Amino acid sequence: MKLRNLGDRAARLVFLANALLAAVVLLGILGYLLVYGLRTFTGTSVAGFLFGGRWNPDAYGEPVYGLVPLLAGSFFTTLIALAVGIPVGVAGAVFIAERLKGRFRVVVKTVVELFAGFPSVVLGFFGLVVVAPFISRLFNVPSGLGLLNAGFILALMSLPTIISVSDDALRVVPQSYREAAYALGATPWTTAIRVVLPAAKSGILAAVMLGFGRAIGETMAVLMVAGNAAIIPKAIFDPVQTITATIAIELGEVPFHTTHFYALFALGLVLFLIALATNLVAESLIRREKKSFTL
Amino acid sequence: MNRATGPGAIPRRRFGSSIGFAVLAVPLFAFIAFVLLLVGYLVANGIGVLSWEFLSKPPTAGMTEGGILPCIIGTVLVTFVSLAFSVPVGVFSGIYLAEYAPNNLLTRAIRSSVRSLAGVPSIVYGLFGVALFVNAMNLGMSVLASGLTLGLVNLPWIIATCEEAISAIPSSFREGALALGSTKWEAIRRNVLPYAFPGILTGVLLAVARTAGETAPILFTGVTYYTRQLPNSLLSRFMALPYHLFTLATQHDKIAEVRPVAFGTALVLVLFVLLFDALAFVIRMRVARTNTWQV
Repeated sequence: MKLRNLGDRAARLVFLANALLAAVVLLGILGYLLVYGLRTFTGTSVAGFLFGGRWNPDAYGEPVYGLVPLLAGSFFTTLIALAVGIPVGVAGAVFIAERLKGRFRVVVKTVVELFAGFPSVVLGFFGLVVVAPFISRLFNVPSGLGLLNAGFILALMSLPTIISVSDDALRVVPQSYREAAYALGATPWTTAIRVVLPAAKSGILAAVMLGFGRAIGETMAVLMVAGNAAIIPKAIFDPVQTITATIAIELGEVPFHTTHFYALFALGLVLFLIALATNLVAESLIRREKKSFTL
Repeated sequence: MNRATGPGAIPRRRFGSSIGFAVLAVPLFAFIAFVLLLVGYLVANGIGVLSWEFLSKPPTAGMTEGGILPCIIGTVLVTFVSLAFSVPVGVFSGIYLAEYAPNNLLTRAIRSSVRSLAGVPSIVYGLFGVALFVNAMNLGMSVLASGLTLGLVNLPWIIATCEEAISAIPSSFREGALALGSTKWEAIRRNVLPYAFPGILTGVLLAVARTAGETAPILFTGVTYYTRQLPNSLLSRFMALPYHLFTLATQHDKIAEVRPVAFGTALVLVLFVLLFDALAFVIRMRVARTNTWQV
């Protein structure tokens, strides 16, 4: 009897230790990014990194590590992605949540969710061989690789997140809200748009945040279609280079423990902090929505 | 107001309602059609290259001929290593969160860590893998370093699906065993885990599909452009399907000549991913049909 209880306690401890690992990994990632990332500033100034307008680590004699053009690349591609992804994603989610039932709903949701796991290199390849020539011909520009192409591919990649989190947000709106609207004579459309959607607004905002996180953290597809020039874009066809792509391009070429190496970790730190903040805000928005329905 | 109650008004409003939903459905179905067309496009362009030789031979003649066997082996190998790490840790964590975790600050911190980890950009995992596995643990660029990095990437997915699968088992299953004098762990092992198994398996299969397509985490932790040798130990470097596609599409000096091989590689990768997705889907459907305790 004693031994059994001991075993039971040991089992609990083993499970707890494993569950704690998730937190340890998160802190470990943050730790390494901080330790390596902050060493950048022995070789360059903090202000020079955060506000510097040029990223040119290969410049002879005077390499510069300015975040601004890379941040602009990440920000503008994500902006285009969301400009397409939010309307399409939220509209799709309203349709799925309020209109689809049974088997058809399962099929539609499965396709959307499985696309979230679609290899990003394959999407990048598609952007390269199909979207780029298309853009180049349609708008008569020399290269289809740039801001517009990257934004389009990122829109596709953020859609599954936006749709499926928005759908969840709409589904947790209690049935009584809909019934009350119907009882007042509202049509299903009016109910969906004027009652259910506003009730789910924090959850929808969370979906947008998570879609943003997905888009800003994406690496391979963007690397393949963004054109990769570390400049602040002036037009929608300009090539851009995102933070993620910069790490992917340069980490393979730098010797360990140089300022350049550390600067790439500093970029990783910036990405990590953006992703973490995005997630925490989204999480609290989802909690807030659920709370608003409990009396 | 009067208009709404008059005869004939209701059908017109219903009609308006349907129009509204139809407008919402257009972008959604355009997206789904796009996904299907994308797969169709890859099949149409890649099927010509697919042959037994393509799957069973290494690349030859500067990658313009031959097959992609080393890439298939590499991808299978790192995916397997990643699961060898993340499945036990993930299942144990899932058990803890579903069965033991009290509602306190620590549990909230663990849950929040898991969700945050899921939102960390994959290139950041790559940086962490370089710092920890390649460098600090001295594994070098290897199958093991890449596999462990990928294991961290898919850990939060596995934890989430395990917790969900275990939580879905009704509490009466546990109570029956507990009432007969079993310890908590015995009740979980005999009366919960066997029934949660299909759900856990679904999660693992989906993780396989997504892990196989991940590129950024392996970029600097072990994958290589070309190696004659198949990996013969966990410390070997390796080739992988997604990276092969990336190099063929963007880095190769005879881009036009390797294009067919690139399409073939993309198709094999997508079929690999879809195979595991389909397996997961079939199991999920089957469980939904045979589960008598779920409503």
